[in-house]
Amino acid sequence: MSKTISIDGRQVEFVDGQTIMEAAAAAGVYIPHLCHHPDFTPHGSCKLCTVKVNGRNCSACTFPAQEGQEVLNETDELREDRRMITQMLFVEGNHFCPSCEKSGNCQLQAVAYYLQMLDDHFPLFFASRELDASHPEVMIDHDRCIFCTLCVRASHLDGKEVFAISGRGINKHLIVNSPSGKLQDSALEAGDRAVDICPTGAILRKGIGYRVPIGKRIFDLKKIDAVSLAEQGGAHGE
Amino acid sequence: MANKIRLATTSLAGCFGCHMSLLDIDERILELAELVEFNRTPITDIKHCGDCDVGLIEGGVCNSENVHVLREFRGNCKILVAVGACAINGGLPAMRNFIPLGECLKEAYIDAIGVENAQIPSDPELPLLLENVHPIHELVKVDYFLPGCPPCADVFWKFLTDLIGGREPSLPYELIHYD
Repeated sequence: MSKTISIDGRQVEFVDGQTIMEAAAAAGVYIPHLCHHPDFTPHGSCKLCTVKVNGRNCSACTFPAQEGQEVLNETDELREDRRMITQMLFVEGNHFCPSCEKSGNCQLQAVAYYLQMLDDHFPLFFASRELDASHPEVMIDHDRCIFCTLCVRASHLDGKEVFAISGRGINKHLIVNSPSGKLQDSALEAGDRAVDICPTGAILRKGIGYRVPIGKRIFDLKKIDAVSLAEQGGAHGE
Repeated sequence: MANKIRLATTSLAGCFGCHMSLLDIDERILELAELVEFNRTPITDIKHCGDCDVGLIEGGVCNSENVHVLREFRGNCKILVAVGACAINGGLPAMRNFIPLGECLKEAYIDAIGVENAQIPSDPELPLLLENVHPIHELVKVDYFLPGCPPCADVFWKFLTDLIGGREPSLPYELIHYD
């Protein structure tokens, strides 16, 4: 007999070893997330997938599903918490959508739209962060990095270890594995998984940014909960 | 006509794009004019904000005059609305926050190509620039936010008709954009 958890009162089947996020995704239940991707080891850093499990807040992407769990996902309280988490992500970096070529294809923005975030609420940091445009085909705009580590995990899978996170707190930043620290001197190639995995506009493939005009992009047309992973892959203009 | 909603608008450190977008409601502006009386706004050219029901603020705060105007609006408007990216997060003008103010002025007025009689403007009539550009919610309480660069005409229309109709303003998914 299959095992089940309850998500917002709905019975969702799972197999041992699955996380709550995996069980939910398999059943077509959307839990907002940014650092989670089914192809990579869970990281649990963005906290957007916070759900209430038997009365306690947990990250759905890292918490194992267990028989009889009562999970709350779509509640006003969690929506408010997630909106606030998203606002904190926005003020920590420099997320100026009108000047970002990822706008409309950006998962951070899409989650914010989904959560009906209309303002940043908190004072902005205006942190001064560098731009690395040294690589002929790929650029990094550190302003938009949310430290989800998806590029770190993807580059590990690429067998290259190009990226890592260094520093703590406000000094935390994405670093590049090369003698100069610049992307052009790293092993990164345009075909790498790590290039297209960024959920924001931090790592961008050059030369394709405006192939699809603003207003006709993925999340201009659909809410993120209705967009499949395969469609999100199209966010990079391929 | 009595009992009209009194509406004021201004552009602080903005580009007037949000005002242009408001005008994009096209002929609906006649309907709006039946429902609201325009107080201080670039449309009427009234210079100071009187008692108003709604104040729409475009742009962030980049100089001392912006601070005074914003405070005048907050003091006189029952409902204050941040309109557009710049009012909400500083927007394009806030890009200078990463460069010291002195360097910005030097680049624009001293070192720029083609500048003659290079000097940093210092006429006492000119409002002093602030060290940084601020979103308006860092200075005053803001009641509603209309994101977009600019928010499209339908955002203004939905918001104002909700408000005038006595409904809690809300934007459907397709009207929420940051770009």
